[in-house]
Amino acid sequence: MSTETAEIKEKKVSEALFSKRRKKLISDPLVDDNPITIQVLGICSALAVTTQMQPTLVMAISVIFVMVMANLTISLLRNTIPSRVRIIVQLAVVASLVTLVNEVLKAFAFDMYKELSVFVGLIITNCIVMGRLEAFALGNKPYDSILDGFGSALGYSWIILAVAFFRELLGSGSVFGVQIYDGISSLFGGEFSLATNGLMVSPVGAFIILGLIIWVQRTKTGYVEH
Amino acid sequence: MQQSNAYIITFSVILTVVLGLLLSGTSQLLGPIQKKAVELDTKKQILGAVLDASEIRAMKPDQILDFYEKRITSKVVDIDGNEIEKDTDGNEIVAENVDVAKNYKMAPEKRKYPVFIFHAEGNQDDAEAIIVQVYGAGLWDEIWGFLALDTDLNTIEGVTFGHKGETPGLGARITEGGVQNRYQGKKIFNDSGEFQSVAMQKGEGKDYSSEDHKVDGLSGATITANGVNAMLENYLKAYKAYFEKIKSSSSSEIAALN
Repeated sequence: MSTETAEIKEKKVSEALFSKRRKKLISDPLVDDNPITIQVLGICSALAVTTQMQPTLVMAISVIFVMVMANLTISLLRNTIPSRVRIIVQLAVVASLVTLVNEVLKAFAFDMYKELSVFVGLIITNCIVMGRLEAFALGNKPYDSILDGFGSALGYSWIILAVAFFRELLGSGSVFGVQIYDGISSLFGGEFSLATNGLMVSPVGAFIILGLIIWVQRTKTGYVEH
Repeated sequence: MQQSNAYIITFSVILTVVLGLLLSGTSQLLGPIQKKAVELDTKKQILGAVLDASEIRAMKPDQILDFYEKRITSKVVDIDGNEIEKDTDGNEIVAENVDVAKNYKMAPEKRKYPVFIFHAEGNQDDAEAIIVQVYGAGLWDEIWGFLALDTDLNTIEGVTFGHKGETPGLGARITEGGVQNRYQGKKIFNDSGEFQSVAMQKGEGKDYSSEDHKVDGLSGATITANGVNAMLENYLKAYKAYFEKIKSSSSSEIAALN
């Protein structure tokens, strides 16, 4: 994790709402600088919540909310936060946001709350969140920070959703709870049936899928770790 | 930029107060809704023992609460089968609010055992099933469930299980309808009238339809299955006195249930 604060030169003329630079804030973390596949952060929750699509989607939305809001808050406060206690301040902000998400889930989506339980709380320790606060939000303006948080969270989200897609399909034979394997079997009728792979529902399955995604991506982009 | 200690302390205090207010405010605001969600979840689980999961899914939250209100009455009994209405402090005990996990830590004689009676449609005097709560330990964490008995107080009408952290795809399968349906029609008393719990067997795929006390097991989840077996045995044994009391107290079981 890079700890130095990325400074972006301020321009005198007002910048377009989605200038090229700002678009890059969102698009970079999707592939070229993806938090999971390139920086290999946030692996814990990527393994834990991805057995099925639905909880993964809720998790993704939660992370997007927390990252955008945390980046915004820290960026707004960036000139007032005492540098000696900045980590604690970041932690307090993130923890409050996560608690908020947890409470809202408990009230309005109790089934999801039960299923995700501890993992929503673990967003606090998700290195991606703290990493972006430290590396970006502390040194940049609020709007840019929102874009940066959104981009990083989106990069995290599409990877966990991709992992969840394969794990649910191969492990449970369904996508978003809709039985795909049964549908395929009934097309052929009779004795034809597809076996689900128990390995995919265990964390091992997530490692395998994630490894494959990282392999494919790094082959395409030619990224090498230094 | 180095700030003074006074600045840092002031900043921290303000931040703490603001975040504290935000969180306690949300908690106050959402508290009643959360309470309702927990209540709905408990009632869904209780109804799960007598209804199909698809039936419950088809109902809206209000319908479930309404259905529960109309069809279920509850009471709390002790290990001797006596009904308890007030706790030691004189507060009224509500079966739905009995914390089974807390009671589990006490000695079996001291626990409170909730009983839920499922009535026939439109007739509060007619019982269709009696539902009891069970609780125990799986492989990784707690497991719990509700078990519905027919009015003969012997035949299992249905079960519903929940778990906190069993292995997905292995032990976690106890929440699947297909696994829970295996308990239907099993008996908790043997031919000579003695208590004999229902137990999952090792291995999976065997036919136990002619065996009253055996259930097809879970392949790869023997420890969870053992936990389920122990949970059923422990709790059904505790409820036994209550069952026998109803049976002996009246010739008509249905009348006694009410």
